[in-house]
Amino acid sequence: MDSIISNLALGFSTALTFQNLALCFVGCLIGTLIGVLPGVGPIATIAMLLPITFGLDPTGALIMLAGIYYGAQYGGSTTAILVNIPGEATSVVTVLDGHEMAKQGRAGAALGIAAIGSFIAGTVSTLVIAALGLPLTKLAQLFGPAEYFSLMIMGLVFAMVLARGSLLRAFAMIVLGLVLSTIGTDLETGEERLTFGIERLSDGLEFVVLAMGVFGFAEIIRNLENPEARDVVRGSIGPLLPTREEFRQSAMPIARGTFLGALLGILPGNGAVLGPFASYSVEKKLAKDPRRFGRGAIEGVAGPEAANNAGAQTAFIPLLTLGIPPNAVMALMVGAMTIHGIIPGPQVMTKAPSLFWGMVASMWIGNLMLLIINLPMVGLWVRLLKVPYRLLFPAILLFCCIGIYSINSSETDVIFTAVFGLFGYALLKFGFEPAPLLLGFVLGKLMEEKLRQALILSRGSFMTFVERPVSLGLLVVAAVLIVVALLPAIRKSRDEVFTE
Amino acid sequence: MKILAKLAFAAAALVAGSAAAQTYPAKPITMIVPFAAGGPTDVVARIVTEHMSRTLGQQIVIENVGGAGGTTGTTRASQAGNDGYTIMMGHMGTHGAAPALYPNLKYDPSKDFEPVGLAAGTPILIVAKKAFPAQDLKGFVDYLKANGDKVNQAHAGVGSVSHSTGILLTSQVGTKTTQVPYTGTGPALNDLVSGQVDFMTDQIVNVAEQIRAGTIRAYAIATPSRSPALPDVPTTKEAGLPQYEVSAWNAIFAPKGTPAEVVTKLNDALVKALADEGTRKRLLDLGAVLPEKNEQTSAWLGDFVAKEVARWTPVLKAAK
Repeated sequence: MDSIISNLALGFSTALTFQNLALCFVGCLIGTLIGVLPGVGPIATIAMLLPITFGLDPTGALIMLAGIYYGAQYGGSTTAILVNIPGEATSVVTVLDGHEMAKQGRAGAALGIAAIGSFIAGTVSTLVIAALGLPLTKLAQLFGPAEYFSLMIMGLVFAMVLARGSLLRAFAMIVLGLVLSTIGTDLETGEERLTFGIERLSDGLEFVVLAMGVFGFAEIIRNLENPEARDVVRGSIGPLLPTREEFRQSAMPIARGTFLGALLGILPGNGAVLGPFASYSVEKKLAKDPRRFGRGAIEGVAGPEAANNAGAQTAFIPLLTLGIPPNAVMALMVGAMTIHGIIPGPQVMTKAPSLFWGMVASMWIGNLMLLIINLPMVGLWVRLLKVPYRLLFPAILLFCCIGIYSINSSETDVIFTAVFGLFGYALLKFGFEPAPLLLGFVLGKLMEEKLRQALILSRGSFMTFVERPVSLGLLVVAAVLIVVALLPAIRKSRDEVFTE
Repeated sequence: MKILAKLAFAAAALVAGSAAAQTYPAKPITMIVPFAAGGPTDVVARIVTEHMSRTLGQQIVIENVGGAGGTTGTTRASQAGNDGYTIMMGHMGTHGAAPALYPNLKYDPSKDFEPVGLAAGTPILIVAKKAFPAQDLKGFVDYLKANGDKVNQAHAGVGSVSHSTGILLTSQVGTKTTQVPYTGTGPALNDLVSGQVDFMTDQIVNVAEQIRAGTIRAYAIATPSRSPALPDVPTTKEAGLPQYEVSAWNAIFAPKGTPAEVVTKLNDALVKALADEGTRKRLLDLGAVLPEKNEQTSAWLGDFVAKEVARWTPVLKAAK
C-alpha cells in the first residue's frame, strides 16, 4: 500500500509539471476536436497526430498521446449522442439510448452523464492500474487460444441476443461480419482468400473502411435523402447536469460498467470492445422496465460509457507491464514509444518509473481535464454540428476520406469505403442493424486465428474447448444464453423490447 | 539536320539532367516505408532520415504504405518516378524472401531498384518458453531432432521475419516442427510467455525485455558477435550452430534508373548519418547492428540483395 502511494506521488510530481500539464491539455483538446467529427475515431486520430509528438521528450509525448486517445474517445461519444454515428466499435452502444435521449431534448443530460461516468470510471481504473497492474497481467496471461475462442463465442452470442430487431437478422449480420473478416491472406498457408485478385484486399478489409462506410457514409446518404429528418439535434440540448433522479438511476450502472469494463479491458485481444456491450445487456437485464432501453434510458448511456472508458484505460495494463498491445490503438502507442527510444515491457516500470507512473497519473488528470473542458464546451460542439448540413457534409466526407487515405496512403480504401456506404444504406433500408456486423467483423479475424491455433495445439481435437475448464465455462454461458433467448416466452417479450 | 537537332536535344537533355542532379534535392523527398508506423523498419527509417534530412538540406517525408508483407509499398516504390524524390526503406522480407513467398510479385528486388545503402539490421534470437526442457542450444537442437512435429513453433504470419527465419532454422537443423501462426509478434510472444507454444525466432527489439525479465529463455543470437543489449546470450557460432547467421536488415533503395549522382548523394547522406554519434546511439539502444564501413556502399548492397534472394528462395520454396 505504501509503495502504491509513493509510486502515485512520483507519478503526480511528473505529470503536474507545467509542460506535461500543458501537453495533457492540448492532447485532450485536439483529441476531442477531431473525435467529434463523425466517423473519425481514436485510431484515425492518433495515426494522424502521431507525427506532431516526434519533437517532444518521451514522457511528454506519451502523456499527450494518451490525452489524444481519451479526448478522441470522448469526442466519439459526443457524436454518437448528437449525430447517431459511433466514432468506433466501443461507442456503438452509446448510440442506442444516447441519441434517443438527444431526440427527446435531453442531449445535455446524456453528454453530462457520459462525461461524469467516464470520469468516475477513469478514476477507478487509474487506481486499478496502480494497484493490480502486475498480478492482473499474470491472470490474463493464463488465457490460451482455446479460452480466447470461447470468450469470443460468448461475446458474439451476447451481441446477437442484444441486437434490436429479429434474432435471425442479427444472426445474419454477425455471420456476414465473420465472412467479411475472412477476406485476405490465409494465416497458415499464405494463400489469398476472396480477394478476387484485388491487391488491396490481400491483407483483408480495414476496420476503419468498413466502419466509416456502413456507419458514416451510409448515415450521410440517408440524411441527404431526407434533409428534414437530419439527425443532428437541432432543438435545445437541455441542461448539462443530470437531475437528481437521473443521478440516482445512473449511480449503480456506472459502478457496474466500471467493473465490467476494467475487467474486460485487461484481456489482451481487445477485450475492451466487449465492455460496453456487456454493460448494456446487464443494465437491461437488471432494469425493472427493460422496455425503456432503446428509447432514451439514461442507464443505457451511463453504464456503457463508464465501461468504455474503464476498458480504454485498463487496456494499458498489458501494454505497460508486458509490452504487448491488446488493440490497434495500443499498437500505435507501442510505435510511439519505440520511436522515442522506449521499448515497452516489464522493465519500463523499474527502469523508467517516472515515465510509467507519470503516465498513470496523467490518465487521471486527463480525465479530469476532459470533464472540465467538455462540459462548458458542449455548446461549441453542438454548434459545430449544427452548421447547415449542405455545408457540413462535404467537410465531413472530406475529413473521412483524408483519414481513410492516410492509414495506408491508398486510394482504393477510399473507394471501398464509398461502396460500403452504399451497402450500409441498403442495410438501413431493409431494416438490418449494422452493429452486429461490425462486431462479427472485428472478432472474426481474432476468432479464426485463435480457433486455428487451438486446433493446431490440440492436434485437431475439438475436445480442447471443453476439456479446459475456463473455456468450458464460457461456452456454457453462451449456450445458456442462446437457449434462454430462443425460449418461446422470452423470445416474445424480447421481440417486444427490441422491435421498434 | 534532323540528326543534328536530335543530338543537340540529347545534349541539352543530358545537361539538364545532370544540372538537376547537381541541384538535387530541390524539394522534399518521399521515403516509402512498406510497413505500418511504429514497426522496427519504420523506427529505423525515422531515426536515419532525421539525420539524412539535415545533410541533404531537404526534409525526407516518411510515407507508410503497409500491406502484403511489405510488397504493396515496395511495388509502389518500384513504379515511382526515378528522379530521386521517391525512395524506400526495404528489408529482408521485401528484398530477400518475397520472390519465394509471392508467386505474383510485380517487382524484382535486384532488377527494379538502384541500391542506395544498408541502414541497420536487427539481430535474430532463438527464444523458447521458460519451461523448455533444454539447457543450451545443443540440447535445444537435439530436442528438436528427437521430437520433430511434437514441438510447437510460433511465428507472426507467413512472410514475417519470424516465419522466414524460423523455417531457415528448422531446415538447417533438419527437422519439421508444428507451426502455429499468429497475426503479429505481440500475440505470439504472449503465448510463448504463458507456455502455450514452445519456441520461436524473432528480432531482438521484440524479445529483449522478456529475456531480461526472465519470462522466456534465449538460446542464442544469430550474429557474429554478442549484442551489448544482451551480453549474456551466446552467439550461434559459440553455441554450436555457426551456419545459422541471419538478421532482419533494412536498406534504402531508389527506383531503377535513378541518376547515379543522386544515388551517390543519398548514399553519402546515409553514411554520414551512420557515423553520427547521436544517430548511432539511438539505433544501438534498440539493439540494432550497424553496417561496417565496407558494407555501407551501394555496390555492396547490390551484391547482398542477390545473395539474400538466392539464400531464401530454396529454403522457403521447400517449406511450402
